Amino acid sequence: MNALFDLLLRSVFLDNLALSFFLGMCTFLAVSKRVDTAFGVGLAVLVVQTVTVPVNNLIYTWLLAPGALAWAGLGDIDLSFLRLIAFIGIIAAMVQVLEMTLEFHIPKLYRAMGIFLPLITVNCAILGGSLFMVERSYSFVESLVFGFGSGLGWALAIVMFAAIRDRLKYADIPHGLQGLGINFVIAGLMSFGFLAFAGMG
Amino acid sequence: MQNNYWKTLTRPLLDENPMTLQILGICSALAVTTSLDTALVMSLVVICVLALSNSAISLIRHQLPRSVRIIVQITIIASLVIIVDQLLKAYAFELSKRLSVFVGLIITNCIVLGRAEGFAMRNGVWASALDGIGNGMGYALILIIVGAIREFFGKGSLLNVQILIPTSQGGSFEPLHLMLLPPSAFFIIGGIIWFIRRKRPEQVEHPEFTLSPGEDAVTK
Repeated sequence: MNALFDLLLRSVFLDNLALSFFLGMCTFLAVSKRVDTAFGVGLAVLVVQTVTVPVNNLIYTWLLAPGALAWAGLGDIDLSFLRLIAFIGIIAAMVQVLEMTLEFHIPKLYRAMGIFLPLITVNCAILGGSLFMVERSYSFVESLVFGFGSGLGWALAIVMFAAIRDRLKYADIPHGLQGLGINFVIAGLMSFGFLAFAGMG
Repeated sequence: MQNNYWKTLTRPLLDENPMTLQILGICSALAVTTSLDTALVMSLVVICVLALSNSAISLIRHQLPRSVRIIVQITIIASLVIIVDQLLKAYAFELSKRLSVFVGLIITNCIVLGRAEGFAMRNGVWASALDGIGNGMGYALILIIVGAIREFFGKGSLLNVQILIPTSQGGSFEPLHLMLLPPSAFFIIGGIIWFIRRKRPEQVEHPEFTLSPGEDAVTK
């Protein structure tokens, strides 16, 4: 139990996907102009990440990993090279299913995410989460925790980033640094802040 | 015509750099820049994938129904990335371990899909291939600059060749460990953007709000 909690803290703060692995940076920089849109994207990433990482974990352990097909009597087949294409397909399919389910059952949440849900398919944080899951060989339960934690960390980062950018509208920024340049500097400072969690866990 | 192709190739280097102006492909780029060799390999891989995917997509652009184009593009890109990933694993295993998941993440790299959608779908094969190489080189340029700065100041070496001798080995160079940590990559890119925009003032973004007229406005 302790180890799982540790993993959760790590994936939210220390191994933050956005600020220490630079994943999902394009979305991070592009849709963080306002706090409410940032909240929508963050929520979408959190939900999609929590669902896709465990699902991809199941697919990988039972179909793709070396020797995974032993239950079908095909123990010597190694399909792990297919994982990139399998994961992206599954992510696209899951996003589609999620979109339909949410629209039907929790329309409020669906509206909060708005257009961002379909865009999440090509967000590197999502595919990155699944690939890290394989690389660090997480078990199913661990991948559940990791999926949730890393999604939460990403959402946290983008909401905070949007809030800072909001305040920055009134700041007097050097001419050439205006816009993208200053955003990078802020992200760097935030990344600094998250490094401070290094002693945790 | 010759001139046109040359422009397609060189424009993405400074004038339309995919990273500093179009905000494309930042995702997977920064994590591989702690040393110059991973940055170089990553650049090479991205240039190859971009050129090949752009030309493949441009080849089939007239046959491709609009409704399924994204999925076809992603499949083409994913197949190319798998090939590259397997090649790296076969011939440069140690490097591919250090690049870890970031080769796979080229699939979701916005540059590749962005150029496929924005250029290859509307232009001929030859121009698309050049556009791919050009944008790949624009990306590579930033990656190599960042990689070189981080490795040089972080370890005192370039391409794993020790240039400055660190104090731990009796030299006079104190390695800046900060350079190997994630924040430095953000700062360096911010700085590069600043530099490019000093040279190319037309790229400067204008603030959404101007400050209320104070002394500044009065003196003007």
